[in-house]
Amino acid sequence: MIHRLKRLRIPYLYIFIMPAVLLIAIFFLAPVILTLFISFTNMDYMLRWEWAGLLNYYKMMRDRWAGLILRNTIFYVIATLACFNVGMALVISLLTTHIHDKAGAAFRAAWLLPRITPSTVYIVVWNWALAEYPYGLFNWILRNLGSDLTLRKFTMQPVHPWLPLPWVWVWVILVNGFIGASFGMIIFTAAIKAIPIDYINAAKVDGASTLQTIRYVILPMIRWPILFVTAYQTLSLLTSYEQILLFTDGGPGYATEVWALYSFHKAFAEYAGAFEFAYGAALAVVLVIIGLIASVAYYKVFRFRELMMESKIEVT
Amino acid sequence: MARALDYVKRAIPYIVLVVITSPIVLMYIMLFVASFSRTVYGLVPDRITLSNWNFLLTGYIVVPGTGELGRYPNVYLVTFNTFLLALTVATLEVVISSLAAYAISRYSFRGRNAFLSLTLILHSFPSITLLIAIFYILKSIGLFDTLLGVILVKVALELPLGIWIMKGFYDGIPWDMEMSALVDGCTRLEAWWKVIMPNVKGGIASTMIFAFLSGWAEYIFILTFIVSEQNWTLSRLVAAMIGDWRFVDYGQLAAVSFYYMIPVVVFFLFFQKYLLRMTIASKGPL
Repeated sequence: MIHRLKRLRIPYLYIFIMPAVLLIAIFFLAPVILTLFISFTNMDYMLRWEWAGLLNYYKMMRDRWAGLILRNTIFYVIATLACFNVGMALVISLLTTHIHDKAGAAFRAAWLLPRITPSTVYIVVWNWALAEYPYGLFNWILRNLGSDLTLRKFTMQPVHPWLPLPWVWVWVILVNGFIGASFGMIIFTAAIKAIPIDYINAAKVDGASTLQTIRYVILPMIRWPILFVTAYQTLSLLTSYEQILLFTDGGPGYATEVWALYSFHKAFAEYAGAFEFAYGAALAVVLVIIGLIASVAYYKVFRFRELMMESKIEVT
Repeated sequence: MARALDYVKRAIPYIVLVVITSPIVLMYIMLFVASFSRTVYGLVPDRITLSNWNFLLTGYIVVPGTGELGRYPNVYLVTFNTFLLALTVATLEVVISSLAAYAISRYSFRGRNAFLSLTLILHSFPSITLLIAIFYILKSIGLFDTLLGVILVKVALELPLGIWIMKGFYDGIPWDMEMSALVDGCTRLEAWWKVIMPNVKGGIASTMIFAFLSGWAEYIFILTFIVSEQNWTLSRLVAAMIGDWRFVDYGQLAAVSFYYMIPVVVFFLFFQKYLLRMTIASKGPL
């Protein structure tokens, strides 16, 4: 019996694992390696291999837009992360765990909606909300509240003399942030609910206010999840571009162009000078390198392997 | 006095939550109202109408003022494509990842750890870094501009996550269960199908729903790897309607957008538990 099992082991193993190995090898592993090779060529739409050495990387250094786009990317990642993926996520999870359980779950559910909405529909809704009075939702609300402020989507006008941030950036951050907040929200909520109630009761007995409890008991106890969300979402934001592509397409000009979107534009944009596959690949390689460093860091710091195995935890 | 203060204190979190959450809720309400009105001012329709939904009868969305010349591909064809894509991606992903995860959870073989680490590293590669190379590969093997190509790419990119999720579920099932099946004369394949699979239904449901929604919403791959209009999906159709300067019929745009949202809303209302679970594990766009 045992002997027969052993003899049959190998073929069954192949049946089980081969489909996955083949698909991953062809459409995932091979592209990773190919991207690197393509970045050392002159490849364009004709898909010819012409070795070009480090030409694309020199080009990147001299690219007159690269500096602006790098600054945009750093700003976009930090601002969205601080305001939404971590900031708003913390606010929502702290508030929803301090109110009635069912109500809290309903608010969290609403925040999940942007994440599961198809990106194209999500952007239709935002464009519409930002349309001019009387059609656009936001301007309509403002006018009805008696405000004379008019919101516009594509404007480089600063928000306030003290805050020289163009409005278009506010929208880009909001559009991405409303999707991004739900990730942290779920993790933080689970972490807060896992805090033994005794700690919070002890703080209350000692006379701590709600804010003090949050500051001195809850936040220190969930600092590990906060650190994880920060690290993980930094990489996610760094490589996100789908919403910006649909929402502003990097405009006006290159004002809201980010690194990942620039790579996409160089390779696939429909206007003249596009289909620079090799240059696009070189731009993508920069993201790959950052991603590799980050994933090694996750592996070491966060024991990602163990984290991924905990998928059975119910978070509701 | 003290009691009044207490009520105010307790109301504060609700007020803050309503304020920060209202943009989302109002925006979706606006889309819904707009799809049934001729013109909508903020949230107030000027006249309720069903004419925005005419495309469901005729099958075509015609660009206003262009007659029969400027029309998008048949809506039902596009819906069928979207459904086909989402369903095939979900099915393939569940089958392939549960097979592979079973092998990883139950067999010890050479290369097991290498394969596991590889999937973990690959999971951190965002699709933007792979688009150009995938374009090249699809062109080379003749799958460019086919839904099959997009399906295979999508399944491959989501497999690492699926494998890790399913592995977690298998690891929680005691080995004795299938051992008894094997002793009773089942083959490994039969044991997997008859004994193990029924016990990981939760994992399968999560993976399936997530993969379906992800396939349903896919936009970038369709934009990049599909040229022919007869292979469009709903995301591409909506994107074309946003980007088309000829397009002025916003009521119709709202109706199509809402139509596209229907399965998402259904899953949102009835399967939230699974969605929450997968959101954590997913890499997602953000």
